[in-house]
Amino acid sequence: MSEHVVSTKLYYAIWIALLVLTGVTAGVAFIDLGPFNTIVALTIATLKAVLVLLFFMHLKYTSEKMTSVVVISALFWLLILLALSLADYTTRPLGVN
Amino acid sequence: MSDSPAIVESHNPEQQHHFADMEQQRQASSLGMWLFLATEVMFFGGMFCAYLIYRYWYYPEFAAGSKTLDIRLGAINTAVLICSSLTVALSVRAAQFGKRKLLVTLLVATILLGLVFLGIKGVEWASKFEEHHVPGYSFHFEPQAPSHPNTKIDPQRIQIFFSLYFAMTGIHALHMVIGVGLFAVLTFYAWKGRYNSAYYTPIENAGLYWHFVDIIWIYLFPLLYLIDRKK
Amino acid sequence: MNMATVVNPVTERENYLNQEYGVRSWLLTTDHKRIALLYLASITFFFFVGGLFALLIRLELLTPAGDLVQADTYNKLFTMHGQIMVFFFLVPSIPAVLGNFLVPLMIGARDLAFPRINLLSWYLYIIAGILMMHAVLTGGVDTGWTFYTPFSTAFSNTKVIEAGLAIFVVGFSSILTGLNFVVTIHRMRAPGMTWWRLPLFIWSMYATSIIFLLGTPVLAITLTLVIFERAFHLGIFDPTRGGDPLLFQHLFWFYSHPAVYIMILPSMGIISEIVPCFSRKRIFGYSFVAMASIGIAVLGFLVWAHHMFVAGMSIYAALIFSFLSYLVAVPSAIKVFNWTATLYKGSITFSTPLLYAFGFIGLFTMGGLTGLFLAALGVDVHVTDTYFVIAHFHYIMVGGAVMGYLGGMHFWWPKISGRMYPESLGRLAALIVFIGFNLTFFPQFILGYLGMPRRYWQYPPEFQVLNVLSTAGSTILAVGYLLPMAYFLWSMRYGKHAEPNPWGAAGLEWMTPSPPPTFNFEETPLVTWEAYDYGNIDLPKEVPVER
Repeated sequence: MSEHVVSTKLYYAIWIALLVLTGVTAGVAFIDLGPFNTIVALTIATLKAVLVLLFFMHLKYTSEKMTSVVVISALFWLLILLALSLADYTTRPLGVN
Repeated sequence: MSDSPAIVESHNPEQQHHFADMEQQRQASSLGMWLFLATEVMFFGGMFCAYLIYRYWYYPEFAAGSKTLDIRLGAINTAVLICSSLTVALSVRAAQFGKRKLLVTLLVATILLGLVFLGIKGVEWASKFEEHHVPGYSFHFEPQAPSHPNTKIDPQRIQIFFSLYFAMTGIHALHMVIGVGLFAVLTFYAWKGRYNSAYYTPIENAGLYWHFVDIIWIYLFPLLYLIDRKK
Repeated sequence: MNMATVVNPVTERENYLNQEYGVRSWLLTTDHKRIALLYLASITFFFFVGGLFALLIRLELLTPAGDLVQADTYNKLFTMHGQIMVFFFLVPSIPAVLGNFLVPLMIGARDLAFPRINLLSWYLYIIAGILMMHAVLTGGVDTGWTFYTPFSTAFSNTKVIEAGLAIFVVGFSSILTGLNFVVTIHRMRAPGMTWWRLPLFIWSMYATSIIFLLGTPVLAITLTLVIFERAFHLGIFDPTRGGDPLLFQHLFWFYSHPAVYIMILPSMGIISEIVPCFSRKRIFGYSFVAMASIGIAVLGFLVWAHHMFVAGMSIYAALIFSFLSYLVAVPSAIKVFNWTATLYKGSITFSTPLLYAFGFIGLFTMGGLTGLFLAALGVDVHVTDTYFVIAHFHYIMVGGAVMGYLGGMHFWWPKISGRMYPESLGRLAALIVFIGFNLTFFPQFILGYLGMPRRYWQYPPEFQVLNVLSTAGSTILAVGYLLPMAYFLWSMRYGKHAEPNPWGAAGLEWMTPSPPPTFNFEETPLVTWEAYDYGNIDLPKEVPVER
């Protein structure tokens, strides 16, 4: 089988990292950073998601090029949905909402 | 079933007749699963889109609604899911090495953690019903003194936040239920010894699904619970 | 269906039709060819249900007064016509029938990658169909096929939840079909079948599957939210609680505009097969036609809000969407130019499939060009919600998609059934469809431009002449649809036996007997030639080649 076998040690390390990041994001939320609260929260969430994706879901080790193509296209299409919808909502005159 | 004699050599009983070999079958399943997850991204994407737009419009209401959620339960649930992701990742590894007992143990652990998550979620939902924070005719929201004196909060619009809260966590929970069911079936087969180092694709794919559901929650936690917690 | 093929000494050879008999062998089959026929039967049923509603609509509009049906009934008629035709006929039509049948054959595979999921997708279709028919028979739906909120969530007193659920399930069915196709095309190609040797039908199926996979889930979640709002009083689209009905439209059209390309791309793929075959030439600009399919699939996702220009969205965003809408015309035009260039100086046989292809090219061009009128912000304001829009999208969906579907059915019918249909009747039917179609829908362009609004059961008397023409055309069109159905059924028993390759066409599907054996090929083919290699196919017959 071409599938890569990941060492348990790495799994535990990722697990600890994810738990720590959860604690950090919950803690930081109570500190007033202005608009950066949202940015920090989403950055940490993305970091966690990337860890899960790369190590738990083996994206880092897979030999299949298609897997990353699928992941990237899914995110790209999500971006299309969000960006073009926002194109409407951010330019609507006030009062309509 | 009239297999051509050419591919009889070293025929794995799990190989389906239309694939040339196990490798092709495994690659096809893996690609299929990732494509399915891409559709799931778009499925949740519709709700994330709604969330983004309404949060942009009604930030004060979202902040007020978010404050009523129990951040401790949310954080605990995040941790529970992360633990379950670990057990799933380890179970794929156990399957790769053909360790049947370890595999079954880890799958059962995953199921239990999933049930714990759902239980905590149920407690949270129940408290929403008691507080009349469920959108509909009996919705009632008493806004706390707003953090900034100038922000006016429209209690009606807080229903939008709670609508999204219930839709997003509800659909996520539905995925969890499906995942638990999936793992229950896999545990049965694993107990029967169906998976080994040559054939463990179902474990791998169910694992991918579970990690995906985990990732969704990793985003739901800050988006729903952590909008405005600062004192 | 299987009964017709019993006892004929000539079909002794084992094929997918006669290998097994009985209801069980059909309902539990995992053979992609049999599942294609299951789909064929089911979508044909829904085509005639939807067609019945269309005829009732046209009959009501025969006179200016609302005399045949009540206004409420009329609302239900056009709603159910739309929902059934779009979700239960057009979207699954070519992918689930011809795509299912042909994708493995064309790439030299024994089956689709996930045969059981393929069968599951048919069962999901049937479950959805039962739900839909239940909704239809127990009172119907009156929201318009678009389910616009807040009418669908707060006001309509009809079976919105059931219909929404039905469309959710049928969407899941098409997601599974798309997933199967993408994996099959990636992983199951025969040795030597490289991407640039794929038939263009495969490219268009691939592009369609991308839309299935990335668009349909958004429709699913949107309908789920509508159902939640009706059933549990969530308030996501409810304006009384600050919700935005336009958000529903954004999410709905994010799928439903690309869905137009789900309907038209497969037809384009069929045309790209028929035109080279009957002009005996390699298709002009193969890679451009292939990439145009992918281009349409991607660009199609960037234009959805042109359905909402007058709905109250931001005019700045409307400008962006108007501009982007023009971009989609580019790959579509590339295809039309390449087909005509293929025909140029070809040795053309005016067979039935090619007649449908001609019909497609002409009608699609008209539908596409009027689409540009509608993409233009200024013109759209004038003709929004008029019969101009109705005429436009019927030129695409009926003139385009259905013409392509019929052309494809004729082209591959010998392969599917192992029988030939009567050629002269085929040509006649193609002509009737073309005439009936234009008579039905061209007057609607004029009506719309004159200002007749859509979705009303009565209209001012000055519009009557054009409406009578349209209704008359629709009856001709109905004949044109019934005729092929009749002679296809006839041919299953009485038709001439088809050779493996009756058209002298290129493509792996023609290198296996008609009808194909269960596992498609006696042995896995090895591909060493380019697609549409008509130059070489025809070479041995005309011995001296002079240039």
